[in-house]
Amino acid sequence: MTFFLEVLVGGLLSGAMYSLVALGFVLIFKASGVFNFAQGAMVLFSALTLVSLLEKGWNLWMCLGITLAGMVFLAYLIERIVLRPLVNQPPLALFLATIGLAFAIEGIAQAMWGTQVHGLNVGIPDVPLNVKGLLISEFDIFTGIIAAVLVAALALFFSKTRVGRALRAVADDHEAALTVGIPLRHIWVIVWAVAGIVALVAGIVWGSRVGVQFSLVLIAYKALPALILGGLDSVPGAIAGGLLIGASEKLAEVYVGPFVGGAIESWFPYMLALGFLLIRPEGLFGEVHIERV
Amino acid sequence: MIYREAGQFKATYSADQALFPIRQDQVGVAILLVIAYIVVPFVGNDYWLGSIFIPFLVLSLAALGLNILTGYAGQLSLGTAGFMAVGAFAAYNFAIRVPAIPLLLNFALSGLCAACVGILFGVPSLRIKGFYLAVATLASQFFIEWLFTRVGWFTNYSTSGVISAPPLSIFGHSLSSVWSRYVLTLAIVTVMALGAKNMVRSSVGRAWMAVRDMDVAAEVIGIRMLRTKLLAFGVSSFYCGVAGALWAFLYLGTVEPQAFDLARSFQILFMIIIGGVGSILGSFLGAAFIVLLPIFINIGSGMFGHAFRADTITQIELILFGGLIIFFLIVEPHGLARLWRIGKEKLRLWPFPY
Amino acid sequence: MVKTRVIGEVILKLENVSLSFGGVQALSDVSLQVRERQILAIIGPNGAGKSSMLNVINGVYHPQQGKITFKGRTRTSMRPHDAAAMGIARTFQNIALFKGMTVLDNILAGRNLMMRTSFLEQALYLGRTKREELAHREKVEEIIDFLHIQAVRKTPVGRLPYGLQKRVELARAFAAEPELLLLDEPMAGMNLEEKEDMCRFILDVNEQFGTTIVLIEHDMSVVMDISDHVVVLDFGRKIGDGTPDEVRRDPRVIDAYLGPTQAAPYHEKELFHGM
Repeated sequence: MTFFLEVLVGGLLSGAMYSLVALGFVLIFKASGVFNFAQGAMVLFSALTLVSLLEKGWNLWMCLGITLAGMVFLAYLIERIVLRPLVNQPPLALFLATIGLAFAIEGIAQAMWGTQVHGLNVGIPDVPLNVKGLLISEFDIFTGIIAAVLVAALALFFSKTRVGRALRAVADDHEAALTVGIPLRHIWVIVWAVAGIVALVAGIVWGSRVGVQFSLVLIAYKALPALILGGLDSVPGAIAGGLLIGASEKLAEVYVGPFVGGAIESWFPYMLALGFLLIRPEGLFGEVHIERV
Repeated sequence: MIYREAGQFKATYSADQALFPIRQDQVGVAILLVIAYIVVPFVGNDYWLGSIFIPFLVLSLAALGLNILTGYAGQLSLGTAGFMAVGAFAAYNFAIRVPAIPLLLNFALSGLCAACVGILFGVPSLRIKGFYLAVATLASQFFIEWLFTRVGWFTNYSTSGVISAPPLSIFGHSLSSVWSRYVLTLAIVTVMALGAKNMVRSSVGRAWMAVRDMDVAAEVIGIRMLRTKLLAFGVSSFYCGVAGALWAFLYLGTVEPQAFDLARSFQILFMIIIGGVGSILGSFLGAAFIVLLPIFINIGSGMFGHAFRADTITQIELILFGGLIIFFLIVEPHGLARLWRIGKEKLRLWPFPY
Repeated sequence: MVKTRVIGEVILKLENVSLSFGGVQALSDVSLQVRERQILAIIGPNGAGKSSMLNVINGVYHPQQGKITFKGRTRTSMRPHDAAAMGIARTFQNIALFKGMTVLDNILAGRNLMMRTSFLEQALYLGRTKREELAHREKVEEIIDFLHIQAVRKTPVGRLPYGLQKRVELARAFAAEPELLLLDEPMAGMNLEEKEDMCRFILDVNEQFGTTIVLIEHDMSVVMDISDHVVVLDFGRKIGDGTPDEVRRDPRVIDAYLGPTQAAPYHEKELFHGM
């Protein structure tokens, strides 16, 4: 029983890390209707930039500042080069463009900073804690807290600020938002920048955990099932989806994996999400769209 | 002046519906076939035939398969390589478990296996669309990759997870020479491309395109969603499966599951985006482009005295492919095939473009 | 105008149909009958449930209550492809053509139900498939001639102007050789000349092929001109049902259009101007 709980809690907490990545997807989808396949590449780019700057021996806060500025600049470039020319194209074309974007960002990040694995230490403690007989990684708890803070901040941002309201208007209807005077281009730069910041947070957390390397991109593939499980346009959905995926994949790996050859983590979340989609195509918290003809 | 259809009157609908209604196109296709079947095998050396033409043809076939599903039926798939893997591993298992099986029958059966798996993973398309479906096809990609890596039966418990094709022969002729494998690949690809072209210009192709362009209207004119979508998944996966079998047997000879990873799926997706979504010709143009680009990068790097390291070249490829995808989506969403058509239109008017 | 056609038996009957989306009641307890070879117009203000009505008839929407009887078969709801197989074709308010396909392919797609060869035969394109394609091509060319769209037959429909697209959509629906043709605002957004053309086509289809037609239209002069029977909907309820003359004089209909406080005789003239 203790073992089961340990696996469950470990899974939930690593699920929080998936949520962090899924969150970036949801932000962009909500505000621009774009399914941003490049979110994983943005995680890699931000983490690689930060760690390379740190290795120059600079101050942590200065490095963070430069990386943040870099992510904002990246958002500006994406809006200018990719989104603006594709503004009235079907969503699927934009999706394909973000796949191209993912490749380009991965290439650029590695061309700039190299391909070797970097260790990242920003001072997050990583010792197992004993909580009422359960061994829980302090690092995982830290991740969970970060995810919670980030979500709270984003929720405030969306509901309380003028930019946040504009974002929601844009998400509803691009053209209608334009007609009431919302500057679409600025909004897109802002939301991609915010997604970039979320990517940076995810990059720091994941980078500290597994090292900053190319495989960070693959984490995005874990966030995808979390995302469709939770619903593409729901912030709580991203969190719940991530937790569910994290917990269930660990449990499946431990209890089912050994019987079928192991390493089922690679596809189990997808099958879970797929099965769920068949029952509820809009995800756990997604909006139901009535199709009109 | 050369490319002009004036004076070629079509007196029957039959003539108008011919595969290549314009005489210049007929001549062009004939010349192309002569070059492909006769000139290339005699002129090309083993490197060109074995390392460029065969993979180009096989990847064209896979791109054709994806184009049927994505370009014609409008169902985006990120799992192409998975279906290729099914074809490759099915061909291997047929070959080692039924050694007497004729090669062509083996390829056809392998394609059918892939078609069945494709139909199975196509079922969700009835309920989910767009991004959701794209993510769902990733499920098939990851699951199939895992299956062939982890379940030993499929690789006949080979310790390395690698499968090797047995010595091949067709109608008693050994396929040990590169050019014989090239000609067989070419023949299979020609026949299947012709089949695809015929399907997309008949009622099944119209049903696919109708579903792609507006599914509600398609249902209202009596097109059955279930049958049409699953048929697209089945036919598409058949093409990908045969491509996978050819990849393993006629191109590489030995292959591991990682040859059919997600990167391969993306590679084939890029082929149809660059070549032309919803175009048979585009599948070939896109495959040629993607196969040749790294070679040109290498040559370019050679001109700088091989100043770039291997990983730098990989990164340049990533950036170029990514950039090209974005470029084509913005500038010419119908890809090279559309540029080709525009070129032909211009040629019709040349040299008096008014 | 003088009608030489003979109106036949009831071909379509809707009984007590109710349809709602979540909390919104689109149709409540609507019944109506359509007779063979009839041209029946459904009119009513925006949001009255007219399009929902057509969507119920050919199975795009499934009503919560009521019965639909078409050609003697009664059911609680239709499936779109079953409706098509039974001989119901339609056009949409917002054109629902296959934008990436040529005019020819769009109209041929309308005949897909009549094509019998399997995809394997089609991949080979021999004998049967070739004969089938040619036979249908000839039929489609007749329709193309009938609707005067010869010049654009190989143009992708996405590039055509609005009026022509409407015509192609009619051609596609008509290509299925339906017994019942549902037209959702076939003349919306057209100029006078285009409207006259469209009226001509509708009447020709009805007269030459005996096709039963149910249409939604806002232009009252058109409705009064070409229809045999008019059904009036308002807020999802049927408030009028009769010949154009009867409906025009029905005080409930006038109320619905102009509000109950208005003086009827004067506004009646204005509402049904141009007749």
